[in-house]
Amino acid sequence: MTGVEIRQAVLEILERIAPDEDLSDLDDAVAFREQMELDSMDFLDIVMELRKGYRVQIPEEDYHNLNTMQSTVDYLTPKMKDVPVAG
Amino acid sequence: MSRWLADCCACRSATSGSGYHSFRAIARVNVDDGPHWEKSTVHYDTVIIGAGMSGLSAGVRLAYYEKNVCILERHTTIGGLNSFYRLRKRNYDVGLHAVTNYAEPGSKGGPLSKLLRQLRMKWEDFDLRPQLHSSIAFPDCTLRFTNDFAYLLEQVAMAFPKQIDGFNRLVRTIADHDALNLDKRQATSARQVLSEHISDPLLIDMLFCPLMFYGSATPRDMDFSQFVIMFKSIFHEGFGRPFDGIRMILKKLVRHFKALGGHLKLRAGVSEIVQRGGKAKAVVLDDGTEITTDNVLSSAGAAETMRLVDPTRPMVRPKAGDISFVESISVLDCEPASLGHHDTIVFYNDADSFHYERPNEPVDLRSGIICSPNNFDYSRPLEDGRMRITALAEPDYWIDLPEEEYQQRKMEWNDRIIESALKHIPDFRSHVIDTDVFSPRTIRRFTGHLNGCVYGAPEKFANGQTPVGNLYLCGTDQGFLGIVGAMLSGITIANRYLLK
Repeated sequence: MTGVEIRQAVLEILERIAPDEDLSDLDDAVAFREQMELDSMDFLDIVMELRKGYRVQIPEEDYHNLNTMQSTVDYLTPKMKDVPVAG
Repeated sequence: MSRWLADCCACRSATSGSGYHSFRAIARVNVDDGPHWEKSTVHYDTVIIGAGMSGLSAGVRLAYYEKNVCILERHTTIGGLNSFYRLRKRNYDVGLHAVTNYAEPGSKGGPLSKLLRQLRMKWEDFDLRPQLHSSIAFPDCTLRFTNDFAYLLEQVAMAFPKQIDGFNRLVRTIADHDALNLDKRQATSARQVLSEHISDPLLIDMLFCPLMFYGSATPRDMDFSQFVIMFKSIFHEGFGRPFDGIRMILKKLVRHFKALGGHLKLRAGVSEIVQRGGKAKAVVLDDGTEITTDNVLSSAGAAETMRLVDPTRPMVRPKAGDISFVESISVLDCEPASLGHHDTIVFYNDADSFHYERPNEPVDLRSGIICSPNNFDYSRPLEDGRMRITALAEPDYWIDLPEEEYQQRKMEWNDRIIESALKHIPDFRSHVIDTDVFSPRTIRRFTGHLNGCVYGAPEKFANGQTPVGNLYLCGTDQGFLGIVGAMLSGITIANRYLLK
């Protein structure tokens, strides 16, 4: 998957986790938490949805990389480069 | 042969053309022990005991993340402390007066919104409609409240002008208290904290009354964390109810769970949790079937669960609770509102002070809860009018009564409970077209909780752990309260231990 495709995948996960949030003008450089109501349970879900949908393992010490959309995509790009888009 | 066993045998013949030996191989269990020859062919990641709110919610989480999970329920239907039944062609709810933690659809951040997100369910799935208004009625003083907290503040300021500053301080203390921290819990007396802010014992009792009635496993006082959870869920967030009652939420949960691939077995009571070397390995059902599993999550209660591990275990620790209730349910030929009764719930107390404890008599007639399920903000009327009146009961009296006397005593006390509640509501007795009553005996029968206790053990196990590795607790004895609390309890424990 390319960075653009990974961004789309993360966006779909966020929509699934937090359907009440409007993600249309999400700023990729700003922390998710500052733009939407996300608690630690929701963060765990991002990690688990990635595991479920794309078989990506994210160790706990790497969770800080999921702070913004940009940092998430940067972190996931090498991990997901061989993952097919269908997921 | 139970239906479960029938399923089990069908699946056995389907998986194996060569009969018993290959079945044994599939079963991954030790089958040396003679009579227990019926083994499940499926090994589960997690077996959940109890298909109530907490077990079903935990099941949804695990199934969503592709865990192989099975919920075992002793009864013929889902639900536990919150359930439903049909009697003489009418639907009844057990447990539920109202769902606490009400929030407007679409609102963010509260327990209900967290819950829906975690379950991947929609606001419409719960279909909650808000209460109209409720009251706390004590001798010479009534406080009314709605789902708008500002209204309660006004009421307190009006009825207790000298206490309002202290009450506001209490509200700030509550807001600052992290009641959901599962690990660093210190038992703090809520009465002690309240007395630091409020000097009038009447106001203290009036605040305790609804919170205790709707969630205290301990008599007379509550742990402050429990008090905070209840205070927020009732006064800050408030009451709601689905038009179709609790069955609607339970059925949605089950449908969701099954659609995600979860297994639900009814009529499958667990009689033993098999442990080896301090780890739970399997559960044995009432009919002898053994099911192997990596983890067990039990909503059966702390004391009740540990007795499944060791049936010879004395009942002393952990201690089972003994706060239980009798409820009188009257079906009316009219809406309560047509008789002039508009309150959703009335918490009443007629004594000089409020006594929340196991009574010495069969029923404590001095206080109670009057719930009118009709009095929610519905767009159309319910099928019939209802008045439910609930009062503290002495469990042993009801559990020990001989069967022939039991029915008669229920009706006698039903009449006395209604009579004592009439100080607070219009006399509806000439409109009653049907009556049902439940007692601690009913609760014990349908939930398996010793003493028919409703809010579980006095001691809570917030982190869900037991002395047995990979055996965890959820539900009332884990300690989140109410319907939303029960569901969050299952979710929290599943997230913490079972999704690795």
